[in-house]
Amino acid sequence: MKHSGHEWKSNTLPAFVTVAPVAVCMLFLVIVPLIYVVIMSFCSIDEYYNVVFRFTLKNYAMLADAQYTHIYLQSLLIAFLTTVFCILIAYPFSFLIARTKSRKKNIYYMMVIIPFWTNSLIRIYGWRTFLGTNGWLNNALRFLHLTDAPVNFLFNRGTTVLGMVYCLMPFMILPLYTSIEKLDQNLLEASADLGARRGATFLHVILPLTSGGIFSGSIMVFIPCLGYFFVSDILGGGNSDVIGNLIERQFQSGNNWPFGAALSIILIVITLLLVKCYQKIGGSMDALGV
Amino acid sequence: MKRKKREKARARGGVLFCVLVYLFLFLPILVIVVNSFNATTSKPYLSWKGFTFSWYAELFTNTDLLGAFGNTLILAGVSTLLSTMIGTLGAVGMYRYKFRGKGLIDAVLYIPVVIPEIVVGISLLTMFSRINIPRGMITLILSHVSFCIPFVIFNIRARLSGYDSSVEEASMDLGANRIRTFMEITLPILAPGIAGGALLAFTLSIDDVIISYFVNGQTMTYPLKVMESIRSGVAPDVNALSTLILIGTVLLVVLTQSDLIIKHRHY
Repeated sequence: MKHSGHEWKSNTLPAFVTVAPVAVCMLFLVIVPLIYVVIMSFCSIDEYYNVVFRFTLKNYAMLADAQYTHIYLQSLLIAFLTTVFCILIAYPFSFLIARTKSRKKNIYYMMVIIPFWTNSLIRIYGWRTFLGTNGWLNNALRFLHLTDAPVNFLFNRGTTVLGMVYCLMPFMILPLYTSIEKLDQNLLEASADLGARRGATFLHVILPLTSGGIFSGSIMVFIPCLGYFFVSDILGGGNSDVIGNLIERQFQSGNNWPFGAALSIILIVITLLLVKCYQKIGGSMDALGV
Repeated sequence: MKRKKREKARARGGVLFCVLVYLFLFLPILVIVVNSFNATTSKPYLSWKGFTFSWYAELFTNTDLLGAFGNTLILAGVSTLLSTMIGTLGAVGMYRYKFRGKGLIDAVLYIPVVIPEIVVGISLLTMFSRINIPRGMITLILSHVSFCIPFVIFNIRARLSGYDSSVEEASMDLGANRIRTFMEITLPILAPGIAGGALLAFTLSIDDVIISYFVNGQTMTYPLKVMESIRSGVAPDVNALSTLILIGTVLLVVLTQSDLIIKHRHY
């Protein structure tokens, strides 16, 4: 008895006191809401768009409608292109600032983060102002007599990808920076001493050692991209919707919550599949958190 | 000689590339700052009509916008405080004690981090409306706390991995009780991790638009106000407020240029 009393005081009670608040929050603010979404996806709506608890698979059948499947594919394409561009820009950039010997290294790093302390919507709107028919870019082109009439750069898939790349870039730069900074200089020198050219060193030494950063960065870019409805709203002008736009419409103006819930299930399934793949290739979950 | 030249060209190319990336990152902000001084008065407030400070004066008469900004500060402050307290306790508890269901809590913590924000937003909306919680500041705070907690915990956990618990044992051996040990030994050691987590929670909360968009009810936050004004053409006073916020945060960084902010890996 005495022993178990000690166990209670030294382990069970403090464990309960410290962990219970987190457990309660995660249960009622993460798990229960998700269960509600799953239930909602099987519900029906009446003629006034009220949700009624009558079991139906209609919402899932509606998912296969061609007008929606087109948007899933478009959404995946936008997310893929965004991820590729993020890697192509972020990799060399992170490499240069992570390996610089300059004492200003911390400042270079901070300068990546500072832009993201301005509201993301207003920065996306800044792009719209810059690219618009009356924007800086068009004015510059006209001033240089390169164009006569204003060019419409906006409202296509390209500008949506641009906005996504812009919004999600730090999620690629930060894990890459971390993994590149950890590279051991000795290994690179050893590779060079053994006669490897720069290209070979990169391919066989640097790339494998930093692939963890590429994978976690890709997860952190690809998945949010499917949901960032405001980017395609502001820059895509309705021509390049992502799955997030479809969901947003069902919950705000369209008022078909059960169908919106079924659409969200697609996002949940894609997320689970990608995270499973990520773990399969040896990605660490901790790299996604911090 | 030739090799040296090539190396120099390569270095120059690297610098140029970095400058271009920084330009890409700062360009829309430059647009915002410049437009906040634009004297134009007609929608969509785009063509340049000369320099003025009047939008900054106007800003302080726009009670809607200032009210929304006040709401954002309250929301970010309260959810940072709550998520930091809950997260700190949880991180320490999960590190220290053994109990059933630990792996489950750990797995659930990753959900808000990886799942698209829109799914978090609509799931909370669905629950709040089913159990009839009126949407407003309370639902905003609950939602923000839920997505901030995991980031706080991961930040502290990174700090805990090199943690020597023998100092705590020493404290208890010397007669301090569990609570006093926690307050006087554990907390100070974890302080940098906690501060980093709190800063991260604050920045996530202050910029959140997607989740707030679904659970705000009638309560406006600054990002939601921006969203509303984008639909009608951003008025330069929104640009002015954004410029002031930017200056404020940059000053904050420069003034507190401590280890903490420089080393803290997320933004």
